[in-house]
Order: sequence, then C-alpha cells, then structure tokens
Amino acid sequence: MLVQVLFYAFSAVLIAAALGVVVTRNPVHSAMCLVLAFFTSAAIWLLIEAEFLAIVLVLVYVGAVMVLFLFVVMMLDINVEEVKRGFTRYAWLGWLIAFLVIAQIVGVVWFRGLGIDATQGAVPLPADYSNTRELGAVLYTQYVYPFELAAVLLLLAIVAAISLTMRRRPGLKAQDVARQVAVRREDRVRLVKMDAVTRDAPAPRQDGEGKAP
Amino acid sequence: MNPNVLLAIPLLPLAAAILAGLFGRAIGRTAAHVVTILGVGASFLLSASVAAQLVGGEVQVYNETVYTWLISDGIRMEVGFLVDHLSVLMMCVVTFVSLCVHIYTIGYMHEDPGYQRFFAYISLFTFAMLMLVMSNNFMQLFFGWEAVGVVSYLLIGFWYTRPTAIFANLKAFLVNRVGDFGFVLGIAGIVHYTGSLDYQAAFAAAPGLQGVMFQLTDTWSVSALTLICVCLFIGAMGKSAQVPLHVWLPDSMEGPTPISALIHAATMVTAGIFMVARMSPVFEYSEAAMSFVLVIGATTALFMGFLGVVNNDIKRVVAYSTLSQLGYMTVALGVSAYSAAIFHLMTHAFFKALLFLAAGSVIMGMHHEQDMRKMGGLARVMPVTAITCWLGALALIGTPFFSGFYSKDIIIEAVHESHRWGATYAYWCVMAGVFVTALYTFRMIFMTFHGAPRWGHGAAHDAHDAHGAHGGGHGGHGEAPHESPWVVTVPLVLLAIPSVLIGFYTVQPVLFGDYFGSAIQVLEKNDVVAELGQHFPGAYAFALAGVMHPPFWLALAGVLTAWVVFHWKPAIAGAFATRLAPLRRVLDQKYYFDWFNENVLAAGSRRLGRLFWKAGDEFLIDGGLVNGSAGLVGALAGVLRRLQTGYLYSYAFWMVIGLAALLGWFLIRP
Amino acid sequence: MITLQQLLTLSGILFALSFAGIFLNRKNVILLLMCIELMLLAVNFNFVAFSRFLGDLDGQVFVFFVLTVAAAEAAIGLAILVVLFRERRTISVEDLDTMKG
Repeated sequence: MLVQVLFYAFSAVLIAAALGVVVTRNPVHSAMCLVLAFFTSAAIWLLIEAEFLAIVLVLVYVGAVMVLFLFVVMMLDINVEEVKRGFTRYAWLGWLIAFLVIAQIVGVVWFRGLGIDATQGAVPLPADYSNTRELGAVLYTQYVYPFELAAVLLLLAIVAAISLTMRRRPGLKAQDVARQVAVRREDRVRLVKMDAVTRDAPAPRQDGEGKAP
Repeated sequence: MNPNVLLAIPLLPLAAAILAGLFGRAIGRTAAHVVTILGVGASFLLSASVAAQLVGGEVQVYNETVYTWLISDGIRMEVGFLVDHLSVLMMCVVTFVSLCVHIYTIGYMHEDPGYQRFFAYISLFTFAMLMLVMSNNFMQLFFGWEAVGVVSYLLIGFWYTRPTAIFANLKAFLVNRVGDFGFVLGIAGIVHYTGSLDYQAAFAAAPGLQGVMFQLTDTWSVSALTLICVCLFIGAMGKSAQVPLHVWLPDSMEGPTPISALIHAATMVTAGIFMVARMSPVFEYSEAAMSFVLVIGATTALFMGFLGVVNNDIKRVVAYSTLSQLGYMTVALGVSAYSAAIFHLMTHAFFKALLFLAAGSVIMGMHHEQDMRKMGGLARVMPVTAITCWLGALALIGTPFFSGFYSKDIIIEAVHESHRWGATYAYWCVMAGVFVTALYTFRMIFMTFHGAPRWGHGAAHDAHDAHGAHGGGHGGHGEAPHESPWVVTVPLVLLAIPSVLIGFYTVQPVLFGDYFGSAIQVLEKNDVVAELGQHFPGAYAFALAGVMHPPFWLALAGVLTAWVVFHWKPAIAGAFATRLAPLRRVLDQKYYFDWFNENVLAAGSRRLGRLFWKAGDEFLIDGGLVNGSAGLVGALAGVLRRLQTGYLYSYAFWMVIGLAALLGWFLIRP
Repeated sequence: MITLQQLLTLSGILFALSFAGIFLNRKNVILLLMCIELMLLAVNFNFVAFSRFLGDLDGQVFVFFVLTVAAAEAAIGLAILVVLFRERRTISVEDLDTMKG
C-alpha cells in the first residue's frame, strides 16, 4: 500500500517534471525539470527493485549528462527572449497527437492485453538478492563483448566531441617541435659562389646577391 | 559440263567490274573498257560454247550445287547452277546484248567523266543477270533479282547531279520494292509448303499442293498454289513492268541510253518473264493465277502501246513499246505458251536493244536532243542508223520473215487457241496491239528519219543547255547532226542481223522441236503451242501464210496510218489532238497512274505517317509515355517535396503519425 | 504493489509528452535533445518493467547499453550544437531547414 502511494506520488512528480521540460520557456528551467524527472524515475525504479540502474541513472544522467547540458546552455549565449516566444500555431496539433498516442497506449495496455498477465505485480525478490551482483554476473560474462563495444563507443564519443568543438584560430603562433627537429642545413644556409674582386677594375656588376657583402 | 566453266561465265564480268570499278582511276579509261569487254566477251563465248554443246547433245543438263552458304533449320541456302536449254538461251542473249552494249558504250559515253564507273556497272549487271538466269534455287534467284535491281538503280541515277534522274531511280527502286515484297512472299510460300529453296524439290512438290488451301481468314481461304503464283507474279510485275507496277520504266529512261537498251529493254525487265517460265511447273497448276497473268499482260500490251503514240521523247516511245512487248510476253505466259514467251523475249531482246541503241545513236547525232518534234529527215545524214532502225522497226511490228513476226504471230495464235478465262479479252488486246505497235513505231520512224528536218539553230542549242552536264564537249562539232562513230554503228549492225534472221532459223526448233525439253513443263490440256505445232507448216510457209492473217493487215494499216498522219498530212494529227482532247489528256497523263501513286498512295501514306507521327509518336509516346511519365514523377515529387520541409519537428510529426497508425492497427486488429 | 500496466502507462505518458515537446518546441535545439533524453527514459522504463515482471535480467542489461549510447549521443549532440551555434549564432529549430526539398 505504501508502495502504491509512493508510486503514484512519484509518478505525479515525474509527469509534472516532464511537462515542465516541455512547456518551460527557459532552457535552464527545462534542464532542471529534466533532472527532477530523472530523480523521480530513479525512485520508481528503486520501488520495482532495479537498484543498480536507479543508481546509475542518477550518477550518469544527473551527475554527468545533465551537468553537460546545463554547461552548454549556460555557455551558449542564447537569446532567452527569443526562445521564450515559444510555441507556434500548430501547438494544438502536437497536443492532440500526444493525447492520441497516450490514449492508444492506454488502450493497448489496459484493454487489448499483451499476451501476459499485466495486472500482476512483479515477483518479490529474496532479501539477500543483490541486483548489482546479478547484473554484473551477466554483464561480464554473456555480454562482455557488447560491454567492450560500449566502452569503445564512449571513447569514440569523446574523440568526436573534442574534434568537433576544437577551434583552430587562424594567425595563432605556435611552435611545431617536429618541424624544428627535422630541419636540415640546406633549408637554412645557402652557399653563393663569387668571383674574386680586383682593386683596379671596378667590380663586375652582378645581379642580386652578387652585390651583397 | 565443267562447273569451272559455268563459274567463269558470271565471275568474269564480276572480276572485270571490280577491276574497272575499284581501280578505274588507276587503270584509265581505255583499260577499263578493254577489261570489261574482254570479260563479257569471254563470258559470251563460253555461254555460246556451252549452248552449242547442250544443243548438240554432247553434255547433259547441269544441275548441281557448287557452294553451300548456310543450312538453317533444314533449309539449305546454296549457290548452284541449273544450266538447261532455257537458261542457256538466256545466257547467250544476255551476254551477247551486253557485249554489244559494252562496245556501243565506248562511243556513247566517251565524253562522260564517269566512264569507268559506267563500265563497272554494266559488267556488274551482266554478272547479276547471269546469276539470276543460271540459278538452280530461289535464294540465288532472289540474289540476282535484287542485284540487277540495285545496278538498275545505280544506272538510272548514273547522272546523279540531275534531279530528274534521282527522282527516277528512287521511283524505280520504290516500285520494285512493291513487286519484290510479293516475290519474297511467294518464295516464303514455296519454302513453307515444300520446305526447300531448290527448284527441283519445289517443282516436284508442286503437283501435290493442288488441293492445299491457305487460310486467309476464318471463313476465306484460297488455294496455296494460286497464292504463291500470284505473289511470285507480283514480283515479276515489278521487274517486268506490268500494269500497275509499270510506272518506273518510262522514267528509267533518265539513265544513259546503253543501259536503257541493256537493262530496261533486253535483259533485266525480262527477268520476270524468265522467272515465270522457269516456274512453269508451279504456275501450270493454278488456273486462277494464270488468268491473272493473262489479263495483266493483255492490259499492259494494249494500253501501254497507246501511250507510245502520244509521247514525243524518242527514248520514251521505245520504252512504252518495251512495256507493250513485255505485255505480249506476259500474255504468252498467261496462256501457258511459255516457250513462245521466251522466244519473243529472245527476238525482242535483239530488236529492242537495236532500237534503243539506234535511238541512242540518233540522240548522239542530235547532240543529246531527245524530242522527236525537233528531228526529221535524219535518214540522209545517218544512213546506217536509219537502216538498222528500219530493220528493228520492221521486226517489232511483225513483218513476215523478220524475227518479230514469228514470235508475235505465234503468241497471237496461241492466245486464239487458248480457252482460259480472259483469253478472249487478251486476244482482242493483242490484235489491237498489233495496229498500235505499227502506229507508234512508224510514227517514230517517220518523225525521226523522214520528212523535213526540224532541227535548226535553236533546237540543238537548247539541248546543249539542258544536257550541259555532259554535252559540253560537243561544242566543236557544229550544230548539224552527224552519223555516229563505228563503235556505235557496229553494235547496231551486230544486233540487226539476229533481229532479222533469228526468228526464221530458230522458230521451228525452239517452239515446236522440243527444244526446251523438261525445262518448261506444260500440262497437256493447256499446251496451246503443241496444238499449233501440229499444223505448223515450216518457217517459210508460215511467213507466206502470215500475209493472209489479220495481224499482217493490222500492222500494215498501222504503218499506213502513221505515214498518213505523221508524214503525209501532219495536220491530221493536230486535228485529232484537238478533237479528242480528253482522250489525249488521259494519254498524256499516262492514265493517271503517276497521279494516283503520288496523290493517293504516296500522299496517303504520308498522311498516315503524319498521323502516326503526331498521334502515335508525338502525342502518345513522347507526350504520354516519355514526357508523361517524367511529368507524373515530377508532379508527384512536387507534391512530395512539400513534405520535406527541412524542419526537424515535421519529420518527428510524421514519425509519430506512423506510430499512431501502428498503434491504432494494433488496437483494432482482430 | 506496482503492476506492469501502471508502469507501461507511465512510460507511455512520458513518451507522448516528450514527443509533444519535440513537436511543440520551435526555438531551441537543446530542448530537442532534452526531449530525446526523456524519450529514452520512457523506453528504459519499459525495459526495466518487463525485465522485472518477466524475471529476466537481459532487459536491465539493455537499459545499461541504452544509457551508454544516450550519454554518447548527448555528448556528440551537444558538440554539434556548439559548432552550430559558432557558425550561425543561433540554435533556433526554425532556422535549420537546409534539408528542405
């Protein structure tokens, strides 16, 4: 009973937070609403005994992703006034579709059935059950290659993000150590052959470097 | 018979043609005519020796394949020779006339820049014609048939800078295509029903086809033999210029006169006659096709003769005479008197070539003037030409003892004997034709060689302008007509000899002496020639008796009429012309055949083509299929591109619409 | 006791709202990214719920990967956003229509 009450409470907060993400004009407020949505989701996941994912959700999303969002939002000089002009004349259509989809999902889930008994609760887990351990046991055995792939994917994302955002400013002076090391004598010194200059006769006029001392 | 000799007969002219044609510039004019004359001369001698051996019974009929080109689905396409009495006669006629024309050409064309080309063409023609007559199968026959057509096309348009020549050779080519289409269909029919292109096999199968019907539609069928024969004869109508496919022949006179003599009088145009005679084992079994042949031939014989009476171009008069005489031959074919047709073909080849060459001689003497109204009295200045021309004319109208008398009288008698459907009509046509022949022939003779000279200053001058392309070299000759050089008159004399004599000496053996043997097959009930042979009194007595027959008197009447109307009292001709103006107009317009072809057939097909072009190509294909499909895609894309707003939210919107639809289906799904 | 139906309904509502956010918001690309995160959260809800109610841990492993990908996506998405802002001085969705047909 308590679980039910908590679930409805968290659900209400979650839906409100999601609405907030959508309707708030200020991007910072949207991000904050999203953080709230993640928190309440984590709470609901805890209620259905998916502890590890709940923790990960908070750590990864709230701790990393949302911070990144906020960082970008604040870094970019966004004209908040313009952003606030918000929705357009097709807003009603968006809402209509949204409610249609909700109604359809509700219809499918509640009246159509899914081939399984969806009215039952989950089988309660034993007290000494560790969700983290079980998940880890699967992740590092059966799913070890996908796990590695996921790591590579994250690395790729880092490289991609850096290479996308790195700026090369023209006219920036910087030392290129490799080129400094690779320099040869021929690149720096040029030997010029000259005739000997006699005293009585005027020096023969020569072009360019011939006159140089 | 030695196949190498037979191969040499057509291949020598071919080799000469290649030499003169491809290397003409290198070997020069003299070498060109020497090599071609040697080629054709050797060919003639070989043909003559083969003929002598065959007639003398030293060798048997030769019927062998010398080369198999390809075998497709059991149908053999071969090169082979069938040398029997029929083809050997044709070979001799072709090579002899060709030889005469070669010699004559030296004189006729000596000013022409296309001298070597001309010799190459006529040698090539000789080759093609020999291939045609010596063939032992339909494939080779068709090859020769088309090859002579091509050379004829080239030669009609020999002076290719003249628009009229180009028009004429195109016309000849197109009209012949109509005929050749029928011919190909006929050959296809032969192959379909007999499964062979070989004469022997096809002829052997012909009697068995008598009852076979060809289903044209569900309810209408015709005898297969009749269909084949009519198709083949349509080919002959094109090549031998029978009504209504005759229109090209008068126009073909645009070509140089030697080829008019060789191709459009003596040899090529008789290919159709030869072909039908060769196919006699097939034609014999189709009564309907024979009647068709008979009526067409009779119509040509009489009505083309009329046109000769009103024409003023000396070559065209002879050309219409050729048409008329070809009609006689066709009539002979139509009454199953194949041997008479071939006999007339032979005599006609000599005297018509003679007449043409004489006409050419006159044209040369008149500095390339062809209008008879500007001639007259030429007998005094061109005696050899005049005498030989007289002999040719006498032969043509059928004067007793001359060659034309025997061949023509036999045809008339044969038609009289025949009981075939249409024979009565044909009889009256050929009888009237005798009168008409005499009329136009002697009209030509009187207008050209007799009476007061009408050639003066203006006439020759105009002619020079008109024929400036090649007549310029005559400037030094002055304007008076002159006799032609010996290279021209010698062929005239050479041709005059057989024109006069050959009928007398060969009528008995060729027609009644079983000369052709198995080459020509006639069913007993149709064999009018044999019937005539039963009371044939001999060449001498026949000629004497001919004086008592109506054709002689008709011819005499024609000559007298010509003398009166065109020589003694020319005013009568003018009076007739004004009195009978409508008739005259019909004749001047050549029965409106050209008008009909141009305004109905050509214009009709142009209109039809235009309809297909506009409605089918431009509207349906271009507009509907090509531009239409492109336009449809474009229009569709124009609508669809509206969906590509470029805004993220619209893509999301469509995604969710899809999601909603999916969910909706999930909800209402049974 | 929390039933599967309740959790699925909750995730459906979350999903629909986040979609509405994508559709409604015309001015701010960052908000789009946030809505995508919200959408992924809704998906994760489904995974966790089914995993628990079917007694199969694979669903939660999948959530783990989804979180990883989402983090990577957020990092790159924000990097692109920064570059975009640097180029255009705007992150308004309405100005980004170069894909217009």
